[in-house]
Amino acid sequence: MAYSSKVIDHYTNPRNVGSFPKNEANVGTGVVGAPECGDVMKLQLKINPENGIIEDARFKTFGCGSAIASSSYVTELVKGKRIEEAIAIKNTSIVKELNLPPVKIHCSVLAEDAIKAAIADWRKRREQASAVVEKKAEEA
Amino acid sequence: MVKLPIYMDNHATTPVDPRVVVAMLPYFTEKFGNAASRNHSFGWEAEEAVDKARNQIATLINAKPKEIIFTSGATESDNLAIKGVLEFYKDKGNHIVTCVTEHKAVLDSCRALERAGRATVTYLPVDRYGMVNPDDVRRAITDKTVLITIMYANNEIGTIHPIAEIGRIAKEKGVIFHCDAVQAVGKIPVDVERDGIDLLSLSAHKIYGPKGVGALYVRSKGPRVRITAQMDGGGHERGMRSGTLNVAGIVGLGKACEIARAEMRDEAVRLTQLRNKLQAGIFERLDDVFLNGHPTERLPGNLNLSFAYVEGESLLMGISDVAVSSGSACTSATLEPSYVIRALGTDDELAHSSIRFGLGRFNSEEEVDYVTDRVCSEVKRLRDMSPLYEMAKEGIDLKSVNWKTD
Repeated sequence: MAYSSKVIDHYTNPRNVGSFPKNEANVGTGVVGAPECGDVMKLQLKINPENGIIEDARFKTFGCGSAIASSSYVTELVKGKRIEEAIAIKNTSIVKELNLPPVKIHCSVLAEDAIKAAIADWRKRREQASAVVEKKAEEA
Repeated sequence: MVKLPIYMDNHATTPVDPRVVVAMLPYFTEKFGNAASRNHSFGWEAEEAVDKARNQIATLINAKPKEIIFTSGATESDNLAIKGVLEFYKDKGNHIVTCVTEHKAVLDSCRALERAGRATVTYLPVDRYGMVNPDDVRRAITDKTVLITIMYANNEIGTIHPIAEIGRIAKEKGVIFHCDAVQAVGKIPVDVERDGIDLLSLSAHKIYGPKGVGALYVRSKGPRVRITAQMDGGGHERGMRSGTLNVAGIVGLGKACEIARAEMRDEAVRLTQLRNKLQAGIFERLDDVFLNGHPTERLPGNLNLSFAYVEGESLLMGISDVAVSSGSACTSATLEPSYVIRALGTDDELAHSSIRFGLGRFNSEEEVDYVTDRVCSEVKRLRDMSPLYEMAKEGIDLKSVNWKTD
């Protein structure tokens, strides 16, 4: 099976590889997939709490070339988007951009799930943070 | 400077040796006769060439020429042996003993017989090195067992089974022993007498011969093995396999066997050295690499490694100028990782991370050095990109993580 030129490009020159420092404020982390399935994606989004805009993104992926390309592409796609827009991203747009064949559609689904998981994590951490703030206020 | 791309997937297929091509060429044009034509020189010429090839093949495995039946390849040989025995001996029994790491041509032939209600099959497990235990074979035999089918050496992990021991058990129990020896013939000494093999499948394209031709050895004496033909027609090959003989292909198979017999000993030494160099070079430079298969009882040119935290297909993509293969699900049509590696009791994750290097006659030391460099640098790059590697380095036990797989 030949890879599309866009998959090869993202695989060879992946965008935004890496990790934000652990527990950095305003970062949501989504880890989806499982090692025994051959795919694990970690997507991190840095989201401005004032306006809900995704300011930066990082990924690390264990998986085939299409999985790596899907996550790399997603980091580019979400940057500058509002949370609501990012949540609305469908895997089909990843399939289309990267020309993924049918057997690789699960890679795009995983990338879509990673966005949702990262945003859910960011929201959860925000709620926890504000709960701590309220608790401190009550105590004071 | 090495010439790219490098072919290091010689378990999948091999290039045709130029000496084999030379031997074959006349049989496409001036010597094109049908070996079954009994009444003219064209037919005689073809028949003579086929007889010579039969002799060359028989000599390599210590058989008699008339015990060699030509087929289209090892898949057909396996089908013919397994289905042919079960059909012929159906009044005697219907039980087959095989093992879980057999080639699909064997496993699926067994499954087809099971589905049709024509056989019951025992699939023996293998140990962590991929080796079947002869005692398990002995224990699995019942009074209904008509066939044991165990491969000589595994195509993925290169593990060589204790064939002579299994052959002795088969003799003792009076059960026919079929051996898929596709990866072993021409690579290591195979002797149907010493090994007690009654039926043996072999293929030309794994031993520097052409694709589309193979053979089935069928023992004629001690015991005389009978099979029911699976192809109806002109009654070629003593009634066991109808169809006009692929004379040029058969000449190629014969020549390939002749060359293998002459050069196997030196070639095995050379390939073992190259393989060991590749293995040592990779283990020196990378941590968390695991050998799949038997450390010593393995084919000379075989090296199957799992590179933890790196998915196999992505590694193949990264070393795109090197042709090797992977047990990763992503390289299979079924999206399941290699059933052979999984049968070793290896974690699925490591099955996804497995790469098979298959060294062959035309690989050089320079190529081994190049492949070592490419593999090591690409594994490092992919590990820097791997969340699993990051977690492992942070001391997280990957088995304790609750992975979201929905």
